[in-house]
Amino acid sequence: MTDHLLEVRNLSVRFHTAQGFVNAVNDVSWHLDRGETLAILGESGSGKSVSSSAIMNLIDCPPGEITSGEILFDGQDLLQLDNEARRALNGKRIAMIFQDPMSHFNPVYTVGWQIEETVTAHGRPAAQARARALELVKRVGIPDPEGALNKYPHEFSGGQRQRLMIAMALALKPDILIADEPTTALDVTVQAEVLTLLHELQDETGMGLVLITHDLGVVADVADRLVVMEKGCIVETGRPHDIYHNAQHPYTRKLIAAAPGKGVMRQPDPSAAPILCVQGLQKSYGTFHALSGVTFDVRRGETLAVVGESGSGKSTIARLVLRLESSSGGKALWKGEDLLTKTPKEMSKVRREIQMVFQDPTQSLNPKMTVFQIISEAWAIHRDVLPKDKWRARVEELLDQVGLEAGHAERYPHQFSGGQRQRIAIARALALEPELIICDEAVSALDVSIQAQVIELLGKLRDDLGIAFIFIAHDLPVVRDFADRVLVMKSGEIVEDGSVEQIFEAPRKPYTKRLLAAGLDPDPAVQKQRRDARLAL
Amino acid sequence: MSEHVAATVRPHRKTVFGRFISMLWADKFAFFATTFLLLVVLCALIGPSLLEDVAGKQNLRARNAPPFVLDRGWVYFLGGDALGRPLFARIVVAAQNTMMVAAGAVALSITIGATLGLIAGYLGRWPSEIIMRFADVIMSFPSLLLAVIVLYILEPSVGNLIIVLAITRIPIYLRTTRAEVLEVRERMFVQAAQVMGASSGRIIFRHILPMIFPTLVTIATLDFAFVMLAESALSFLGIGIQPPEITWGLMVSQGRQYLTSAWWLAFWPGLIIILTTMSLNLLSSWMRTALDPTQRWRLEIGGKSND
Amino acid sequence: MKNRIGQRAISSLISLFGLVILVFFLSRLTGDPSALFLPVDASESMRENFRELHGLNDPLLVQFGHYVGDLLRGDFGDSLRRARPALDVVLEAFVWTLQLAAITMTLVTIAAIVVGSIAAFKVGSLFDRAASLLSLIGASAPDFWIAIVAIVVFSLQLGWLPTSGTGTVWHWVLPITILFLRPFGLILQVVRGSMLTALGSAYVKTARAKGVKNNRLIFVHTLRNAMLPVITVIGDQAAALLNGAVIVETIFGFPGVGKLMIDAILQRDFNVILAAIMVTALAIFIMNLLIDLAYAILDPRIRT
Repeated sequence: MTDHLLEVRNLSVRFHTAQGFVNAVNDVSWHLDRGETLAILGESGSGKSVSSSAIMNLIDCPPGEITSGEILFDGQDLLQLDNEARRALNGKRIAMIFQDPMSHFNPVYTVGWQIEETVTAHGRPAAQARARALELVKRVGIPDPEGALNKYPHEFSGGQRQRLMIAMALALKPDILIADEPTTALDVTVQAEVLTLLHELQDETGMGLVLITHDLGVVADVADRLVVMEKGCIVETGRPHDIYHNAQHPYTRKLIAAAPGKGVMRQPDPSAAPILCVQGLQKSYGTFHALSGVTFDVRRGETLAVVGESGSGKSTIARLVLRLESSSGGKALWKGEDLLTKTPKEMSKVRREIQMVFQDPTQSLNPKMTVFQIISEAWAIHRDVLPKDKWRARVEELLDQVGLEAGHAERYPHQFSGGQRQRIAIARALALEPELIICDEAVSALDVSIQAQVIELLGKLRDDLGIAFIFIAHDLPVVRDFADRVLVMKSGEIVEDGSVEQIFEAPRKPYTKRLLAAGLDPDPAVQKQRRDARLAL
Repeated sequence: MSEHVAATVRPHRKTVFGRFISMLWADKFAFFATTFLLLVVLCALIGPSLLEDVAGKQNLRARNAPPFVLDRGWVYFLGGDALGRPLFARIVVAAQNTMMVAAGAVALSITIGATLGLIAGYLGRWPSEIIMRFADVIMSFPSLLLAVIVLYILEPSVGNLIIVLAITRIPIYLRTTRAEVLEVRERMFVQAAQVMGASSGRIIFRHILPMIFPTLVTIATLDFAFVMLAESALSFLGIGIQPPEITWGLMVSQGRQYLTSAWWLAFWPGLIIILTTMSLNLLSSWMRTALDPTQRWRLEIGGKSND
Repeated sequence: MKNRIGQRAISSLISLFGLVILVFFLSRLTGDPSALFLPVDASESMRENFRELHGLNDPLLVQFGHYVGDLLRGDFGDSLRRARPALDVVLEAFVWTLQLAAITMTLVTIAAIVVGSIAAFKVGSLFDRAASLLSLIGASAPDFWIAIVAIVVFSLQLGWLPTSGTGTVWHWVLPITILFLRPFGLILQVVRGSMLTALGSAYVKTARAKGVKNNRLIFVHTLRNAMLPVITVIGDQAAALLNGAVIVETIFGFPGVGKLMIDAILQRDFNVILAAIMVTALAIFIMNLLIDLAYAILDPRIRT
């Protein structure tokens, strides 16, 4: 008999795939007590979500198969219960919320209907459900709660949807809430609010919280205990503070070391000449101003970071400068000539000098072309750069430069991992020997350890080749380590502009302060101070 | 350089071909469907040159001869028609017209439809609007009726039949292509090519077309069956192919009046039609899986267990 | 939503006008129109009379003006064979076709949704495979051949069902069964695929995590989402039935629009053909509006 609220013992799950059986988790054991927050930390493919799916009976068999283990809750092994008994527990005793609340809400029913359903699904009368739904929506802080009940999921913002998702999960005051990457798709300020809400609700109800995440900052913010997973196995368990300062397993140490935001800050070189001068750049869609008059310079060899939350217009700058969209006004002077008024033919020449690396390498590489074709396409377009007989040698040289092997040239993008694909995308950008590379969230889709490697590669290229970067990102610690200067954007305008040191050490504007305060520090002790400071703000 | 390329490309091609064969083998229905279709195509290509004379020769003693009797030779295995011509030979010979009309119509409609779809999807708003309205006009007409009316005004020859059937099918390809182009052109690798300075032609032919090609081929396979049915129906109504030319649909039509006395006259050509269209359906649904990288594993698992 | 219907109305009007132009020029430019309107054996003086009477010697644009003017007043001229207004003849036949299409589509929709949903929920089972086979046969069958084989078996050999006409309920059985097959096969496949996608979606996971029962999961959560792509196909198939039952109506001697058109073509009764085209095009337009409405009722995302 166990005295834990929930205990997973020796759980192994495997999936049937094209490559045969793949073990998703191997002999995993952990437990959760009442009122406690357990974080399960892992990168993609670590199997961090699998044990929760097993708890919620969400693993489809086939292709999934639970090969061993037990899940003890209330003195019963959940895996021995029939589906009806499991269903009766779901939502009532154990509830779950997910990443990406948009797709996890049913798009064709109102949120009120969906929250009430949790109540009625377990046999409570409809009138009671309505009252409870209203109470919950009020509690999670949605404006106009009565009106909100009759709205559809698409009518809310991402942060509001996650709040509603939490309301729905907590409708029957469950003993356990499992949160699978609940804040991953959200802006930092919204993330901080949602985590605070979860914390408060836990204090009110005394529920146990299982928080699945890839983010050390989230762990530091809320976790009482931590389980670190790698490739389906638990490599380390303990208190976050102990693990952070005294990790035993090499993988945990690597993860902690990879967390950005601890390096030496760079100093901008004021003597370098500007190569790109953006003046009063504007973009509007109808009456909506995505960008309203933005002015800044990029100097030769300099890294300018553009940070801001979603909807701040930071990516619009890249799209306008590269003429992927037409601007509504302003200038972008590249070495004195306005890019925005160039004919397509003139623009084609400039494109050799300005290249771009996109957010998601899975999508930015044509899946039907080999790596050789992807990289050499640049020379097929700009015929005078390199004679055809030198292509292969140069591709191999570039692959070597970004840390891949020459033999990779004949492979297709899907044969590489996410980090390798981003290296290919970088090699493609380098093919034309540009003077400026615009990185649009170039590392935000990557796992932390991969992210660190790619940032290191970009830093090396900057030092070796003297390339300037516009580094568009929402992740402040990465920016702190990599950039020379920072532009902070909000609602299509520049809020603050300064050197990295000035922005991070002495922010002047309230918005910048709030943004920085909302960021999570991987060190639990530091994060505790930050949290208190933010709540006081 | 060219030698080098050939050396690296060829073994790759071979493995692709081999992989497709094993994926086809993994789905037995699709495998037999393909085999049957290859047989039909073979009949269409060389059937007339081998059996044209036999198929046209009238033999009064073999009028409405019953099937499964080998006395008059193997060409009478399926029986004889109202003029004593061997049904088997006639079905083989008719394969050519039937296939030619369907293949011609599909090829023509896919070419025009895909081109217009590319233009509508890639160029600005106005060309797109005009082209889509054009598609609406055709779509607001059921294809069979449009064909009936046009063939009423024009003369029902093989060429006209191909053109008419092609026109009725253009909207399918046009809409599919446009929808896919609109989706693919927003993908990041297309934008990456734009950033590199790629021309519109390059983006369309190197990046967009290869992405939508599998969808088009899958639809074309299914559509081939549809066009075949439409041609058969027109010939059945007497406004398609005219005698002495023959198609399977026309054979069913000619056999209709002997239904009570000699059912086989209409039965065999109809059976061949249904087998062919079913094969095309099976092949198309196999393609939907085989050409979709996220679904392909289903067939690859099956293929492996047979190795 | 109002915008959407307005847009649909405008684009349909443009399409209808395109159709008018198409029919006009096909009838005037592909040879002597009198050859289209008059019997094959008409004499030259009859033809000349006819041209004078119908203004066929006027300039093309003037003729087009008259033609459009007549259409706007709903005047399609008389049926040359029946000496009655062409529109009356067509509407009479259209009522028959409408009944046939409505009954068939109702049966098809119910059957395809029920069978398709069950097949998707029990994917890979015997039921699923049987349903797939059924839908394959339905979608591939040449209707004219199935029809004549059915007549031989059920009417001539077994004597259970009448071969043609509309007298009793039994007269409707074979036409409806034959018409049922293809739309059933096609819609069944779409329902199954769409249900499979819906069952694998994230919101189903949420509902399972909430403890929602299986029946409710299928019929409340997924079905409504899965219906969205299905509605479009139902619309296409219904449109095809509304004026495309040519084969079945001809074979079973059913007095609908399809048979009327074939007869009119064989009898060279051009006014009837024209009226039939316009009536069916209008019917399709109305049906598309209904489809749009159904879409809006099912999916709140496009209502705004």
